Amino acid sequence: MEEHILPTEHKLKARIRTLTDGLATGLAVLSTLLVVAPLVAIFIYLVYKGASSLSWAFFTDVPKPVGEAGGGMANAIAGSAILLAVGSLIGIPVGISGGIFLAEFGRGTKLANAVRFTADVLNGVPSIVMGIAVYSLVVVPQGHFSAFSGGVALGIMMIPTVCRTTEEMLLMVPNAVREAALALGVPNWRSVLAITVRTASSGIITGCMLAFARVAGETAPLIFTAFGNVGWSSRLDEPIAALPLQIYVYALSPYDDWHRLAWAGALVLIVLIVLAVSLVRYVTSRGVLKGAS
Amino acid sequence: MGVGIEVINLNAWYGTNHTLQDINLNIPANHVTALIGPSGCGKSTFVRCLNRMHETNPIARVTGTVRIGDLDIYEDANPVEIRRRVGMVFQRPNPFPTMSIYDNVAAGLKLNGYSNRRALDEIVEKSLKNSALWDEVKDELKKKSGASLSGGQQQRLCIARALAVDPEVLLMDEPASALDPVSTSKIEDLIFQLKSQYTIVIVTHNMQQAARVAEKTGFFLNGRMVEFDLTHKIFTNPSDKRTEDYITGRFG
Repeated sequence: MEEHILPTEHKLKARIRTLTDGLATGLAVLSTLLVVAPLVAIFIYLVYKGASSLSWAFFTDVPKPVGEAGGGMANAIAGSAILLAVGSLIGIPVGISGGIFLAEFGRGTKLANAVRFTADVLNGVPSIVMGIAVYSLVVVPQGHFSAFSGGVALGIMMIPTVCRTTEEMLLMVPNAVREAALALGVPNWRSVLAITVRTASSGIITGCMLAFARVAGETAPLIFTAFGNVGWSSRLDEPIAALPLQIYVYALSPYDDWHRLAWAGALVLIVLIVLAVSLVRYVTSRGVLKGAS
Repeated sequence: MGVGIEVINLNAWYGTNHTLQDINLNIPANHVTALIGPSGCGKSTFVRCLNRMHETNPIARVTGTVRIGDLDIYEDANPVEIRRRVGMVFQRPNPFPTMSIYDNVAAGLKLNGYSNRRALDEIVEKSLKNSALWDEVKDELKKKSGASLSGGQQQRLCIARALAVDPEVLLMDEPASALDPVSTSKIEDLIFQLKSQYTIVIVTHNMQQAARVAEKTGFFLNGRMVEFDLTHKIFTNPSDKRTEDYITGRFG
């Protein structure tokens, strides 16, 4: 092999460039680790504290009274699932519709600007305030706490995230794709729903998952709405247990075995959220063709 | 079968910019008509007025008459109907990225409520054969995404997609300008074959291309049509000094 003929000055510059490159790459890797570290740390700590209290009974039993050994959070796990289902049924359709309006039909209009502003403000409303609002809007007229009102609170909290990510993702769809659909003689509304939204679907799903995962761990909006329940309930018009609520109550209690159950509950909550998000990702990515994104 | 296009006093604006001024011409049925001219001369705007795509831009405006066959497209029909009869192929290939090859071709029909499976299969096959893509993709119709094809294949896919809705006119806005020479010559062969079934209007930057594919050629300059004549006359013996300057490479 012939050696490269470079004047010394060039060699030096090349070495500096290589060094800068290495430094920048190193910084990027370090930042990535800093981002991942807290999550991993939390997870490891949860496993350390909670795994030992996990048993089959944890997933099948309802809580036992103080002093009795055992008991589980089956009702809270089911309750969380019901609350999140109701919340998603409210938050996802409303949020996606709002996002479609912002990006496709109302672009540049006063109404769209007002909606966007409202969504941003809603996103900043503390969750406890959302709980109180739903308390006075749903719980007071109904006369009792209910799973339904808890779902409404979670649903409203999902709307702004879903709405704004849907808008952002739709705006990223190239105009050429819209034009292609229109030039085929497809009516605009149909082109939006079948082409533009479909093209942006993986991003929109990510937005929905983000909103879902965020409200799955919410406690505050449920205190005045779902209220919690020590026994089984799967009815929408009765108070219902939820994992975050149960963790909250157990963690604040003076009993050691309740503390341990709270740790286990936190671990289960995190694992279930990760499972739910992964499941949706898996199911939705199977149908969509490779090379789409 | 293709139909003729008659354009009378067509004017178009983008905001206050008067991009097309008093265009009059007759585009013959089942022929290829090329539109040439420097960038920004209005030739793209002109073809977008022929399928009412121009007005999808909120600041755009059009006056004048365009008759396609015996249909006055600005008087007798809505834009959606027009676009089903007047297909369009764009400068950059724009397949629907999340759809398979099959779904890309069937999109125009499916989205208009057409659902007869067997008929769709036939139309997809016929359209892909017409666009000379069938042999390259027939084994992976439903497996492969339209976006995974090469640029030249994507453009032929877009042509198949336009043909599937069975238009009478095919507008092509610089269909080969983003493609390599081999793909370009495939597209040109295709244009040559398609003119027996469709009236084709092609915008091009490439004068050799106009000379190769078109029977008639129009020369646009600064929003006006300077000259419209048989292609060989435009390239050998133009009537207007500006046309001669352009084709001999003195400007543009």
